[in-house]
Amino acid sequence: MKYAPELKRSATIALWLILLTFPIMVIQVNTIENIVVWRWMNIAGVGTVAFVLSFLWQIYQHRKTESPLPVSAHLPAFQRLLADPKLYRPMLIFIAAFALVFPFTASHYQINIMSTALIYIMLGLGLNIEVGLAGLLDLGYVAFYAVGAYSYALLNYHFGLGFWTLLPAGALLAAFFGILVGFPVLRLRGDYLAIVTLAFAEILRLVLENWNALSFGPSGISNIPRPGLFGIELTLEQSAVYMYFLLIALCLLTIFVIYRLQHSRIGRAWVALREDELACQAMGIDKTRAKLTAFALGATWAGMAGVLFAAKTTFINPASFTFMESAMILAIVVLGGMGSIVGVIIAALAIILLPEYLRVLGDYRMLLFGAALIGMMVFRPRGLITPSSRTYVFQPSEHQERT
Amino acid sequence: MNYFWDLFLGGLTRGSIYALIALGYTMVYGILQLINFAHGEIYMIAAFTALIVASILTMQGLTGFSVLILAGVIAILYAAAYGFTVEKIAYKPLRQASRLSPLISAIGMSIFLQNYVMLAQTSDFLPFPNLLPQSEFLDSISAWIGPSDFIIIVTSSVVMIALSLLLKFTKMGRAMRATAQDREMAMLTGVSVNRIISRTFIIGSALAAIGGLLIASHVGRINFYIGFNAGIKAFTAAVLGGIGSIPGAMLGGLVLGLAESFGTGYISSDYESVFAFTILILILILKPDGILGRSSQQKV
Amino acid sequence: MDLILDIKNLTMNFGGLKALDGVNLHIRQGEIAALIGPNGAGKTTLFNCLTGIYAPSSGDILLYQPGAKPKRLNGLKINTITSLGVARTFQNIRLFGGMTVLENVMIGRHARSKSGILGAIFRPPATRVEEKAIVDKSYAILEYIDLAPYVNELAKNLPYGAQRRLEIARALATEPRLLLLDEPAAGMNPQETRELEGLLVRLQADHELSILLIEHDMKLVMNLARNIFVLDYGEEIARGTPLEIRHNPAVIKAYLGEEADAEIG
Ligand SMILES: Nc1ncnc2c1ncn2[C@@H]1O[C@H](COP(=O)(O)OP(=O)(O)OP(=O)(O)O)[C@@H](O)[C@H]1O
Ligand SMILES: [Mg+2]
Repeated sequence: MKYAPELKRSATIALWLILLTFPIMVIQVNTIENIVVWRWMNIAGVGTVAFVLSFLWQIYQHRKTESPLPVSAHLPAFQRLLADPKLYRPMLIFIAAFALVFPFTASHYQINIMSTALIYIMLGLGLNIEVGLAGLLDLGYVAFYAVGAYSYALLNYHFGLGFWTLLPAGALLAAFFGILVGFPVLRLRGDYLAIVTLAFAEILRLVLENWNALSFGPSGISNIPRPGLFGIELTLEQSAVYMYFLLIALCLLTIFVIYRLQHSRIGRAWVALREDELACQAMGIDKTRAKLTAFALGATWAGMAGVLFAAKTTFINPASFTFMESAMILAIVVLGGMGSIVGVIIAALAIILLPEYLRVLGDYRMLLFGAALIGMMVFRPRGLITPSSRTYVFQPSEHQERT
Repeated sequence: MNYFWDLFLGGLTRGSIYALIALGYTMVYGILQLINFAHGEIYMIAAFTALIVASILTMQGLTGFSVLILAGVIAILYAAAYGFTVEKIAYKPLRQASRLSPLISAIGMSIFLQNYVMLAQTSDFLPFPNLLPQSEFLDSISAWIGPSDFIIIVTSSVVMIALSLLLKFTKMGRAMRATAQDREMAMLTGVSVNRIISRTFIIGSALAAIGGLLIASHVGRINFYIGFNAGIKAFTAAVLGGIGSIPGAMLGGLVLGLAESFGTGYISSDYESVFAFTILILILILKPDGILGRSSQQKV
Repeated sequence: MDLILDIKNLTMNFGGLKALDGVNLHIRQGEIAALIGPNGAGKTTLFNCLTGIYAPSSGDILLYQPGAKPKRLNGLKINTITSLGVARTFQNIRLFGGMTVLENVMIGRHARSKSGILGAIFRPPATRVEEKAIVDKSYAILEYIDLAPYVNELAKNLPYGAQRRLEIARALATEPRLLLLDEPAAGMNPQETRELEGLLVRLQADHELSILLIEHDMKLVMNLARNIFVLDYGEEIARGTPLEIRHNPAVIKAYLGEEADAEIG
């Protein structure tokens, strides 16, 4: 038997997992009626899944140590695709065509899901500035999203201001909030920053939940107007399509801006900051300022996405802004491959669309999502796409001939 | 004055639980620099295991102390086994990866375990029997301290003292501290780092299980989501005290518990967690390495 | 000749440890000086105080500027000191490993350029001109330092000697008047060390750069430096020309105290 040791190990692991999951999987107690249900069949399920997975894992490990692939072969197919204009141009055209046709062929429900995915692309790209480029671990990104959404809902409710006024206003307010939060905490190192941002986000959520006079509490704010289109009355379907195109446009704007930032003096400073904070300062970069800029810009995008979210769903409450949301956006950034725009877009689409279309899986959706996060990290810890650095071509000058 | 005393005791009780869970965070962080987001879930699983075992035993007619001991021991063993397994599956393959990858993996594990318990058990709250023993002695002091408060404070103090002694005086404890100080150096001197990491997870999870048992008995109900909140609070406590520092985690837990207790008692009961997080932010702004954290002036 | 740097009575305490104890040191404009001493003498600590990484416990660090009053560097931010014209390399190489060689040098231009967020997004002509200048200047530096073949390589993939030189290139990009090199020859083979020597001589000649060099390779130090300062346990035990240092009994004793690196010169 070629795989005898592997099979044996898998059997051991399966046995271990059966024992481990025994109380939770098999026994169910009802303390009110004093009955115990024993679900013995579950053992078979756990055993089989554990056995198969651990066997596959060992084969994978085996293969990896036996024939380590050369680095270039490690580049996944789609990444090689991205590097070649002959291949990616037609693909871009195809994607553009698809994006244009999509809302006229898809159902109202599907358009809504796609719009949600587009919002997450914006959120992912925004957080990517903070985490992916500048290396600031922000676990409370959702706070800026909430600031944007509540700015729109409340300023509209109290002062009747419209969507187009409040879109930039929400973004600016979020940026302002970002600076406010960032100023005292950005000198904290890595994980301290993470927990403090998380704390700020939780404080904001709890305040929104409890300060009824300000935020209408847990019941939230409803009847938030959708964006207007020159005063034309739109049906529900039409306005979903309109929202979709609006989001496409804003996503393109986001991509454009982030791309330019990334390839600028500021963008380079962020990456240097991520790579080595001290060396970065020794190169003359003002650490505090660079961090604050990254934080504020990241917040701006979250704020914008928040306004769009409120306008799209027409209803917001604090439950939309929990830590899980921050974790989701962070997962998009890390899965995409830190600092890669294309990676973030793919990851956002995957993370939002897959669970939606996997609704057939019903309750197992989130379970599988959790498992998928672990699996992705184990197999591709650097994310889907490793951002490639820009190459420059030079004519050798006279200097060089001297050597 | 009486009200003050009640709040103080409440804070102490709450704080000891936070401290117990925070120890797991701080120990893992000390060695792996990883925020183990799944740690709270271990605590939740321990509570569920204890509930299941205790219910079966009670239905068999057992009562009192023996139920507590059996359910407790099994829950602690299971929690330790879960901690061990989680590390092997979700973190060990990522030893060489950048710091964010294990963090995402940990978040994935937390989501997975929550849903696993929710699907296999229930999404509703389950009543949790009060396993804490009754005795005449406890009745006699009940005028100024509630029996479960007393047991929680005493148990967690004993456990924390035991842990400190373990870390200080045993060979394993020294190896753990050495690994936390400088992993490479420890490896060179013959410490098996993988084994130390496993043991850290096992001990941390066992402590969380003790915390889980105590709090579940105290509060009287559990569901699949309790681990998340407690986890965040405990992590906050660990950071507050200076992450990586064992006495820091204990102190951080107490400070956090007291802050919440007094905040809810004197200001407003709606903002419980807000007080905890505000204290955290204020302390970190004043003291960026936490209350007892080592100053991080790095050598260049 | 005029001074560029004057350090007076510099002391640095780490808890109980006096890493620097009343050190005096000066460098003249356009001169190569060296700072030597056994391991743990406090050499790197002096660089760290000088570049704002540590805040000195007491003493003065004065940087002389053309046509202005000398500037006291104590307590200034790291990046401010860089902007004032002091650049350094690190003993344990601290390149931006995930960035290309060219990008590493381009980062060094940060202090000498200024386009901001709006410039980045809208790319007005001014920004484009500046960006091109950054790229060109960075490439010129790489050529000067013989790293041009590596431009698009990731810094972490360079051979060790080239990484040390890239640190120098990156420091040069900040247009320093005073360059601080922390063991630039460490880990280099004799051939690379000789090339480094040539490079430093060229640098000083072409740019009238003042250089302070920490180095354990005595041959390199003796060949390059006009003025040598010797530290031991945070105290200055000798200073002078290579000839004077070579025969200084205190220096010989400090070095013989350790076993390695015993032969001086
Ligand atoms: N951040 C710090 N905290 C505590 N002690 C420090 C710190 N930085 C340096 N030291 C101590 O100061 C002393 C001088 O160190 P320094 O690095 O300056 O030596 P050095 O002369 O550069 O030695 P080497 O030739 O080995 O590089 C050493 O004893 C070192 O341990
Ligand atoms: Mg040194």
